[in-house]
Amino acid sequence: MLYFSKLRVFSVLIFTLVISYFTISNFTKVDDEFFSKNIKLGLDLQGGSYLLLEIDNEPVITQRLQSKVLEFKKFFKDKDIKVRNFVIEDKSIIFDVENSKIEDVKSLLDDDKSEINPYFQQYKSHQFNFENMDTSFKLEFSDYGLVLLKNSSLDQAIEIVRRRVDEVGTNEPNILKRGNDRILVELPGLDDPGRIKSLLGKTANLTFQFISSSTEESFGTEKLFFEDGSSEAIVSKRIVLSGDNLMDAKPTMNNQTNETVVSFSLDRVGAKKFGKATSNGVGKRLAIVLDGKIISAPEVREPIIGGNGQISGNFTFQSATDLALLLRSGALPAPLNIIEERTVGPDLGKDSINAGIMSLIIGFILVVAFMFYKYRFFGLIANLALISNLFLLVGILTLFEATLTLPGIAGIILTVGMAVDANVLIFERIKEELKNENNSIVAFDSGYTKSRTTILDANITTLIAAVILFFMGSGPIKGFSITLGVGILTTLFSVYFIARLITAYYVIKNKHKEKLI
Amino acid sequence: MKTIYFNKFYKSFNILSGILIIASLVFLIFKGLNFGVDFKGGTLIELRTDKSSANITKIRDSFNQMNLGDVSVKNFGNETDFVVKFEKQNSNDPQFIEEIKTKLSNSIGTVDFRRVENVGPKVSAELLRSGVIAIALSLAAMLLYIWIRFEWQFSLGAILALFHDVIITLGVFSVFSLEINLSIVAAVLTIVGYSMNDTVVIFDRVRENLRKYADVKIFELTNISINETLSRTIITSVTTLLALLSIFIFGGEILKGFSLAMILGVIFGTYSSIYIANPVLVSLKVSQRTIVKEEKE
Repeated sequence: MLYFSKLRVFSVLIFTLVISYFTISNFTKVDDEFFSKNIKLGLDLQGGSYLLLEIDNEPVITQRLQSKVLEFKKFFKDKDIKVRNFVIEDKSIIFDVENSKIEDVKSLLDDDKSEINPYFQQYKSHQFNFENMDTSFKLEFSDYGLVLLKNSSLDQAIEIVRRRVDEVGTNEPNILKRGNDRILVELPGLDDPGRIKSLLGKTANLTFQFISSSTEESFGTEKLFFEDGSSEAIVSKRIVLSGDNLMDAKPTMNNQTNETVVSFSLDRVGAKKFGKATSNGVGKRLAIVLDGKIISAPEVREPIIGGNGQISGNFTFQSATDLALLLRSGALPAPLNIIEERTVGPDLGKDSINAGIMSLIIGFILVVAFMFYKYRFFGLIANLALISNLFLLVGILTLFEATLTLPGIAGIILTVGMAVDANVLIFERIKEELKNENNSIVAFDSGYTKSRTTILDANITTLIAAVILFFMGSGPIKGFSITLGVGILTTLFSVYFIARLITAYYVIKNKHKEKLI
Repeated sequence: MKTIYFNKFYKSFNILSGILIIASLVFLIFKGLNFGVDFKGGTLIELRTDKSSANITKIRDSFNQMNLGDVSVKNFGNETDFVVKFEKQNSNDPQFIEEIKTKLSNSIGTVDFRRVENVGPKVSAELLRSGVIAIALSLAAMLLYIWIRFEWQFSLGAILALFHDVIITLGVFSVFSLEINLSIVAAVLTIVGYSMNDTVVIFDRVRENLRKYADVKIFELTNISINETLSRTIITSVTTLLALLSIFIFGGEILKGFSLAMILGVIFGTYSSIYIANPVLVSLKVSQRTIVKEEKE
């Protein structure tokens, strides 16, 4: 165990130096992308906001069922099958079929290549599961149908969330999927997430609908409140135009009234629709509805043909800017709920870094002093291994651009405390061996050999704990598991390559000395 | 070094451990744990007031007027820093925190919100579940590892020692109503790793000595092994404790609970490797034949 080939010595040296270089690169500036890596600070250290959003998929499911009902009606009409009494109830579609066609409908729904109940070819599961009782059919989303629906609404939502966050212009936001109905948003450096939260909390479904004078209308009517909650109005359910046709929106000043408005421009289809509707509706009031609330309902004085318009409604410049931003980024497929929020101010982050570094330095000095007191020269070897261990650990974290959190710093300090264990096990073993063995080289050699399984056993147990934490933990705790786990690997390296190398040189040079350790 | 007769006290310390475990369980069952917002849901605000203006009573009073459910206010490190926790969480309302801040500033003067944590009921239930799973999983993984590496008598001893450490550490948290949050789960997992590590070192030596001494009884043999590894046990726990104490004292308020749990765990873990794990081997009548049989197979 004491013999090292020249090649090995060389590779250990090079490896240690290269990795240590990355530790140092945290404190220097280099004009090279690869060599100027920095350790990433977690939100708890640099300050920032962590938001976990959950999509409320209920409205999407209902919407999808409604459009499916239309599809069914058309499909069966084309096939000349009479179906009636369509009802959407408890997330399922119920309808009746004429007696003679029950079997036909069954086979249409059950066919592997079914057009109306697809997915089987691809996923070995239909979009809908159905039950049949006499003439009545009941269709429900299959598990797979539901997963696909959720995934597609999550994909849409994450895109919109990204646009909205980007528009606000925060520093390197991190937006990720979590499961099939959650979105994680990390906003480094943001200590007041209020504005982002209010932007993400709005679905931003914009529609233009005429105010109706009577409740009798072919499309039906609905009662909607104004946004300030002051009054309500009866609005036709017919949607003249929706936010989908919007190309751009920005806050502007209306020169005549001197108030802030949001001006928008429409795409070609939208402009055409809007022109037609406003031509027919001169004199009527057109309600601008956002997420089920009326922003304002101006009277149409003349047809609006050019595809440009304005939304007024007691805006401040800020609220007009936000509305324009929402309209530009598009509507979310479903409302998002913020189910977890963690915000750390930059002050606290800085304090945490200082406290972490302070305790690292003090812990390090205490351990190093204790080891020197206990083992003298060999204490120095263990300490050298400890220092290179620290450099390797921080270097590897930097190289892989791992995120350093406050518990992560605690993990580094803990590694400092526990890392000496391996060297202690070896040194104690060597002491025992020296009692019965006069040849110190043999004693050192067997000290290393005999302690090896114990050291492996002892470190693997801690490694198991670290790995489990890595997979089960989130955020800061994950940071802890990373430093703890990587710390074990660098500890073993520094003990078996660096400390052993120095020990070997020393012992071979001083083999005739009494009381080596 | 002089031999210390640890084995003389196996019985008395086992009784002591038994009492501690039962007491801990009683506290855990009847008093329970003080779960933080991570596991209970709700809102946590760490705030800093400008110097003269506030004390705990004043802050509690102004929070109580806001209808936020149960409010707890604690000093946090500096005398100007406080942590306020309450049941209500309303992260969907973007103005929720802002309104609290305005109301608070009106009654006690300028405040700075240094940290806000807002955890909904669904998330806290999930975090609790995954915390419990993580601890259970790590215990199972340790059991499996030591079962592969040692004979079953040894695994039983090591696992009993683990349960001992985890239960008593949690018991202390219950007695003093210390907060259980995500970082405590991390600490418990690390304790599991450390305690195992410590036990394995002694067990390795026990097994080696079983091969070495043909006619020494296990009662004596465990004592020899404990003594042979004693200086390592002491040095490693001292260095680990030095590192942890440094975190506890200088690492800031946020790491206090975490480092305290670890300090307790290291102390109990070191104690249990000697006084739980070894007596188990003695009472299971482990002998030279135990490992010979194993090796023949």
